[in-house]
This record gives sequence, structure tokens and C-alpha cells, in this order.
Amino acid sequence: MKLVMAIIKPFKLDDVREGLSEIGVQGITVTEVKGFGRQKGHTELYRGAEYVVDFLPKVKIEAVVADDLVEQVIEGIQKSAHSGKIGDGKIFVSSIDQAVRIRTGESGNEAL
Amino acid sequence: MENHIFELQYAIDTFYFLVMGALVMWMAAGFAMLEAGLVRSKNTTEILTKNVVLFAIACTAYLVVGYDIMYDGGVFLKDIALDGAANADALTATVLAESAKAGFGGDSVYSNASDFFFQVVFVATAMSIVSGAVAERMKLWAFVLFAIVMTAFIYPMEGNWTWGGGSVFGMYNLGDLGFSDFAGSGIVHMAGAAAALAGVLLLGARKGKYGPNGEVNAIPGANLPLATLGTFILWMGWFGFNGGSVLKLGDIANSNAVAMVFLNTNAAAAGGVIAALVIARVLFGKADLTMALNGALAGLVAITAGPDTPSPLAATLIGAVGGAIVVFSILTLDKMKIDDPVGAISVHGVVGIWGLLAVPLTNDGATFSGQIAGGLTIFVWVFGASFITWYVIKLIMGIRVSEEEEFEGTDLSECGMEAYPEFTGSRGSGL
Repeated sequence: MKLVMAIIKPFKLDDVREGLSEIGVQGITVTEVKGFGRQKGHTELYRGAEYVVDFLPKVKIEAVVADDLVEQVIEGIQKSAHSGKIGDGKIFVSSIDQAVRIRTGESGNEAL
Repeated sequence: MENHIFELQYAIDTFYFLVMGALVMWMAAGFAMLEAGLVRSKNTTEILTKNVVLFAIACTAYLVVGYDIMYDGGVFLKDIALDGAANADALTATVLAESAKAGFGGDSVYSNASDFFFQVVFVATAMSIVSGAVAERMKLWAFVLFAIVMTAFIYPMEGNWTWGGGSVFGMYNLGDLGFSDFAGSGIVHMAGAAAALAGVLLLGARKGKYGPNGEVNAIPGANLPLATLGTFILWMGWFGFNGGSVLKLGDIANSNAVAMVFLNTNAAAAGGVIAALVIARVLFGKADLTMALNGALAGLVAITAGPDTPSPLAATLIGAVGGAIVVFSILTLDKMKIDDPVGAISVHGVVGIWGLLAVPLTNDGATFSGQIAGGLTIFVWVFGASFITWYVIKLIMGIRVSEEEEFEGTDLSECGMEAYPEFTGSRGSGL
């Protein structure tokens, strides 16, 4: 099992969700996050005083998937979250030791 | 028959006065929402507490002694119930005699209790101005102490010299000098701002507002919808503030005057918004909502000293000049490192002066020299007396929260309660 974690632009969330459903991903967890990368921040203005917003809002998606699905999931996210402009985000993949469905006690790929 | 008409006139003028007073009372809600919107969320509970407490203190202090100092109305309002008459019939007889003497179109005759009610909500307005300027760093109980002195003594003294008709420490009389302040650009608004300025100078800026190399850092308000709602509430309440200050509705000339005051008050607020927003757009390149909101209030403050004499176009322009002044004033105060989170000193103080000076433009009964004398008298008195009061409170108990408390927010240090606690995860929070 692999954990696919992707940081994407918030407005791409619906596209990514649909893309992953089509591939057969059964569930994802979404978090609103803030951070910076190469895009850096931007300046805002309040009562004549400029200030820099260092951390931009992004959406973090986490999906635990079976090993044979990982390449498709990565490709799917990259395609659906892609706008071609700076700040599109990143995808990280790591291994997962165990997964258990709380309701039934199923474990491993069965629990995903 | 004539007596019945006088009784009806008394009834309608009293009713008008009470409704206008209730509108002004609602301005307390406007100030509370405006200030809650322009501070950071960690200081919301404290600013709301200040707003509700100061209103209660103003009402009580003015009842105990303030009204007596300002209008000789009796300590504890002791004769207010029947205006000193022995019984209701005697009151009716006195009122009818007064009405007959004044004539149908003459000076207003209305219930004394309604007069107190209308006056007391003005005191609260003056005090409300202070709370925004000292927000986010002042100790709650230091503010409460100041509110008592301000509403029991400092405001009633200058109120006596102006609307009360008294002479300034027996030296000179502002009315004789040609001073005219219809509903209180100077007497209420600039006075509140002068007290606020004295407090801010002793208090210092919020931590992080000004950098070591002269940078002005933005500390954005937490809730602009609340600030906008507060501004609209103030705008609405202002119809009572200025409209009620005609003091009489019960004949054609005065009804028309009240209608003109409503019209001009509204026009000036509109002019203020337009001017402030356009200037903010030109200066900053963006439409700054907070400046537009301050512009509305600046327009209202500007017209308050004389909403009865200008034409609607002149009223719009007076408001627009106020809206323009307020943007530059806010930027200038920031350059001088006078930190005013909501812009109260600019809106009520600087524009209050403009309001006073604009009166002689359309009102032959006022003179520039009289306006300057009155403005200076009010400012010197309120600023001086407030400075001493703040300073004494500072010596006794301190007026500023500690740096750590300021960082964590005055909601926790002063009230022990957050305004938006739903993410604490504690039991009963719903999470």
C-alpha cells in the first residue's frame, strides 16, 4: 500500500476528485493548508499599508491506494491538477505498513 | 380646543424625541460591530465588553451627576418624573402655560424625561469613540475607570459650556462668540476623539504596528462584514442624532427642518463614501473597503455641526471633503506613529474640526472665529482633562496589558473568554 499525498491549487480540487474516482480510488482525505514553494507569497493592502502574505492557501489530498494503482493515481492527479502555471503543487508517495477498516476489522488492501 | 392641540403637540414632540433617542442608542450597536470587525479576532470579546460596559456606565454616570452638571437637571434626576410639578394635573397645567407662551410655532415643549433620554445617548456616543482607538492593548478596567470620569465629568463640563449655555469657568461664553454646533461635530465627536488621542499617546502603539525603520505594518481587521454592518447601523442611528437635534417636529416649519436634516445627513454620508473610496483607489491602486467605511462616518461627522442649513448639494460636498480628509488623516497619523486601529481619531476628531469650520459656510448665525474658539475650548479641555485622568490611572493600576497578554489577545487576559471558541475541541464545543 502507498500513501499518495498531493498539494494542489484549491480550484483544482473538484477535477482531481473526479479524476481519482474514475481510476477507482475509493476514498480521499482533504485538508486546507497553507505554505510556500517557488510561487512564494503575494502582497496585500490594508488601509494604505502593504503587507506580504508569505503562505498561500492550498489543498492537501491524501489517498492510500493499493500498490498496483499508484502509477495511475500519480498520473491522474498530475493531469487533473495541472494548470501549467507556477504553484500547481507537488505529489509525494510513501509506503504504508497497515490499514484497518474500523467497522469490519478488514485489513490490508481489503480495508482501502 | 387650543389646549388639546397643545397637548397633542407635546405628545408628538415627546414621541419624536424618544424615537430619535432610541435611534441614537442603536449607534452603540454600530460602534460595537464596527470595532469588533476592525480588531483581530483575539481581541473581539474584550472590545464588545468595553462597548456594552461603557454604554451602561455613561447612562448611570450621566443620571447620577452628568445631567446636573450639563443642564442643571438635578443630581440623581430627583425632579424628573413630573418635571418638578406636584402631580400630573399640575404638570399638564404648567405645560399648557409654557406652550401658550411659546406659541404653536415657538420653542419646543416636551417631556423632561425624554430630554434626559435623548441627551444620555449622546454621552454614550462620545465614549464609544474612545474604545476603538485604544483597542487591542488597553486594560479593560483602566478603560472602565476612564469611562466613569469622562461621562460623569469631562463631557458634561464642556456640554454645559456649549449646549448648556454656561460660561467657560466664568470667563467667556461660546454662544456669544458665535459658536454653533448643531448636533455635536465638536461637542460629541471631536470631544470623544480628543479623549481617545490623550489615551493613545500614553498607551503607545500595538506591538508590531510600526517597524524600527519607520515601516507602517498592516494589522488587518478580522471581520469586514461586521465592520460594514456596524457602519450601516451608525449611518441609520445618525438620523436620530442629527434629526432629533432639531428638537421639535410639531409644526410645519420644524417638520420640514427635520426632513431636511435627514436628507442632508444621508447626502453627506454618501459624499463621504464616494470621496474616500476614489481617493483610496488613486493612492493605493485598490478599492479599500475600510477607507470607504471610514469615509461614510467622516461624511456624517462633517455634516453633524450644521445639517440644517446647507443645500443637499452643499451637504454632499461637505461630506465628501470629510471623506477626503479622513484618508489623508489616517495615513498621517500612521506616519506620526499614533496607532488608531479603527481610525476613530481621524473620523471623529480631524473631520469633527472640519465639520465645525464648515458651519459658517452656509449658516450666517455662526462665525469662523466663534467656531475656532469653541473647537479650541473643547479640545484643550477634553484633551487636558483626559490626559491627566489617563495618567493618574496609569500610575495607579497601569493602562496597558503585558506584552505576552497582548500577543495572546486581550480576550483571554481581560475576559478569559474567546469570541470564536469552536475550535478548542473541549467537551461541549460540538467537536
